[in-house]
Amino acid sequence: MKNISLTIDEKNVKAQEGMTILQVAQSSDIEIPILCHHEDLEPYGACRLCTVEIIKNDKTKLVAACCYPVEEGLIVKTCSERVDKIRKIILELLLPLAPTGTLYALAEKYGLCECVKKSDEESEWRMIKELRFPAEKPTYCTLCGLCVRYCAEIKKGNVIGFIGRGVDRKVSLVPEENCGFCRDCENICEGGKFFSLLEL
Amino acid sequence: MRKLQSTSDMEKLRKELLRKQDSSKSCISICSGTGCHAYGSEKVVSAFENELKKQKLEGKVEIKRTGCHGFCEKGPIVVIYPEEICYLQVKIEDVKEIVSRTIKAGRIIDRLLYTDLKTGKVVHESEIPFYKNQTRLIFGNNRKIESKSIEDYIALDGYNALGKALSEMTPKKVLDEIKKANLRGRGGGGFPAGRKWESVCNAPGEPKYVIVNCDEGDPGAYMDRSLMEGNPHSVIEGLIIGAYAIGSHKGYIYVRQEYPLAVENTELAIKQAEEYGLLGKNILNSGFDFTIKIHRGAGAFVSGESSALMSAIEGKVGEPRPKYIHTSEKGLWDKPTCLNNVETWANVPFIINKGADWFKTFGTENSKGTKIFSLVGNVNNTGLVEVPMGITLREIIYNIGGGIPNGKKFKAVQNGGPSGGCIPETQLDLPVDFDELNKVGSMMGSGGMIVMDEDTCMVDIARYFVKFLSQESCGKCTPCREGLRHMLRILDNIADGKAAEEDIKRLEELSEFVKEASLCALGQTAPNPVLSTLKYFRDEYDAHLQGECPVKVCKELIQYYIDPEKCKGCGLCLNKCPTGAISGEKKGVHTIDVGKCIKCGACFEVCNFDAVSKISGKERNLKELTYN
Ligand SMILES: Cc1cc2nc3c(=O)[nH]c(=O)nc-3n(C[C@H](O)[C@H](O)[C@H](O)COP(=O)(O)O)c2cc1C
Ligand code: SF4
Ligand code: SF4
Ligand code: FES
Ligand code: FES
Repeated sequence: MKNISLTIDEKNVKAQEGMTILQVAQSSDIEIPILCHHEDLEPYGACRLCTVEIIKNDKTKLVAACCYPVEEGLIVKTCSERVDKIRKIILELLLPLAPTGTLYALAEKYGLCECVKKSDEESEWRMIKELRFPAEKPTYCTLCGLCVRYCAEIKKGNVIGFIGRGVDRKVSLVPEENCGFCRDCENICEGGKFFSLLEL
Repeated sequence: MRKLQSTSDMEKLRKELLRKQDSSKSCISICSGTGCHAYGSEKVVSAFENELKKQKLEGKVEIKRTGCHGFCEKGPIVVIYPEEICYLQVKIEDVKEIVSRTIKAGRIIDRLLYTDLKTGKVVHESEIPFYKNQTRLIFGNNRKIESKSIEDYIALDGYNALGKALSEMTPKKVLDEIKKANLRGRGGGGFPAGRKWESVCNAPGEPKYVIVNCDEGDPGAYMDRSLMEGNPHSVIEGLIIGAYAIGSHKGYIYVRQEYPLAVENTELAIKQAEEYGLLGKNILNSGFDFTIKIHRGAGAFVSGESSALMSAIEGKVGEPRPKYIHTSEKGLWDKPTCLNNVETWANVPFIINKGADWFKTFGTENSKGTKIFSLVGNVNNTGLVEVPMGITLREIIYNIGGGIPNGKKFKAVQNGGPSGGCIPETQLDLPVDFDELNKVGSMMGSGGMIVMDEDTCMVDIARYFVKFLSQESCGKCTPCREGLRHMLRILDNIADGKAAEEDIKRLEELSEFVKEASLCALGQTAPNPVLSTLKYFRDEYDAHLQGECPVKVCKELIQYYIDPEKCKGCGLCLNKCPTGAISGEKKGVHTIDVGKCIKCGACFEVCNFDAVSKISGKERNLKELTYN
């Protein structure tokens, strides 16, 4: 493996060929928000929350940090104005669909909501900004595909899959299809879909 | 069939074939493309076969089933050679007369000819303005050859370029010629084919793959399909030459399952080429091996995207994946892969045969050659047109398309498929090439061209395309899926008169976001119809905010109204109205109950006195007052 050096947020960092921007950032304690990424799974690039700005040959580009392989001399900005704006809109779009702790906590960092203490034990999320993109009703799913991919890639099953395309895309369970009931999909889900499914 | 052993062997075959073709012998060539087929061309073919038997001309007159000629709306098209007499919209009943009068007596049947508004009847196909103003390098052979005959293709110099490449040129030389020609991809981005070939060639890893993209999912576009159906060998020949230049021994042709004729003719063409030894091991004794497999794709617009298409061939879900490492380095099964569009491949034999310098005489500085467009919408002549790059939009729409029907005014033309931009009248003199179209917020795309007249509402158009894209995106990434969902919601609100100024700001913000943050080019270009209409037709958006649809298309903003001055009281509309919203005495003025009206427009269609009209905006308020 070749050694590579690059710049992330004006910090010089060392990396090895084949690593993604996200991996390098994580190993250098630079935080990039993620949602659809999981270190045991293949890079997927769907939520786009990890979008960062790169400068290459004097050209600026937006890329998904979880997928982009680093190169010698690359300059990365993980939190420019442009990047923050994109992440904010992504969270504004996803939060009404999956109003769960994970999403609120991410949204908090972008000034969309705050955590208000109600008592010593209880606290509550409250919006600071008006929700500009309300959902018809929450689906508790961000379509991050973690469950689908975990089942397929790690468990070698096909118990969970996507159905429909475009705006009609949904996650669907096919429990009769060799499900070993490991419930790892339930644990990996940040959207709350499995929680809500099991409650029903 | 014999295996051809060398280029001279092929030359011998070609001479034989040409000798057999008696050029004085009559030939009835009938278009059997998908368009003409739908108009019943197969029945016309059988009628000709029967009629020739009856009139004892069997064997004396040849019948050819060709691919699409491009002028499908006038199908079935029949051309009689050697005179090149072109008959349009031929019916079974016309066949007898054509055989006895035209074939036997050499007379022309006027009623079946094309009528030009200015010059009158036109006899020869090539003189019809629709064809005359085109430059049909790639598409022109479609009408000359039987789509299922490799011999027809060979007789017309087919596979000559392959022979030349294999016997006289090194792979490097072929590559250099394509680079020199500056052939750019015809399927979307206009990426230089030579450069792509070169990176695949230089990329480490074996085997290397070459692929033809015949997914063509744009609504209304059918040039790739027609080329694949009508002249599959031209695409196959291009692919073999490309494979030779790149060093690939395995190719795929991705054809949409929904194009059965394209699948059928391509399968047959591959078999024929194998039998002649133009595919397989040691092609023409050159030592070069190459085979092709067809992949039938399940039709989805997004499957045409390169990484989605490759996933589908691999047997996975056809969804785009991040391409930070180009598919030319890691494509199909992570091997170097060269994907080009049908039309791009079909250009290759021409460039090799005639040379890059010849090719470069067509087109503009940075866009060389010709491009096939699918001209549809509010234009007199619709169909497939091939023109040199750099021709203006005006020339295409007026000289070839024959202008706007029904005396209406031109409003906009939308280029490049569902995610292209809408170009207004002020830009009609724009030369059509890759860079110029990008500059005005549109794109070449695969060559869709939809003409819209003055009765088109641009908000409605933007809404239509965003809706299409929101349903046809794969739905994998957040910006495209959720962004388009909310863009559509805003557009719906604008069309319904329920939006305010800040919604337009939000629409602009989302457009920018979807463009910048989406994973693949579908999302990255999807906001084009919105951004271009906002740029050129902002006044229409503003009118909608004020409750008016200026061209009276958006249902929520219009109302049907009966002009008391014009109403004769015939009662036709009253009878037609499905909801009983119209009342009035016989011979008395009729009125519409707005509460009951479902805006189906039946009354508007049926009135013979122009008394029913659509009103919108302020006008509507005024008229509403007079009702009470
Ligand atoms: C949503 C989407 C659909 C596409 N559909 C097609 C298609 O139907 N045919 C095609 O040739 N290219 C299509 N493309 C472009 C391909 O990704 C690719 O760029 C092209 O096939 C490369 O060939 P070219 O360089 O010869 O144009 C599509 C791209 C996108 C983003
Ligand atoms: S169910 Fe959960 S894990 Fe699966 S796609 Fe939806 S949010 Fe992601
Ligand atoms: S941009 Fe649209 S089509 Fe492309 S990956 Fe994202 S959701 Fe799928
Ligand atoms: S974490 Fe990178 S796209 Fe989702
Ligand atoms: S199908 Fe016959 S002209 Fe197009």
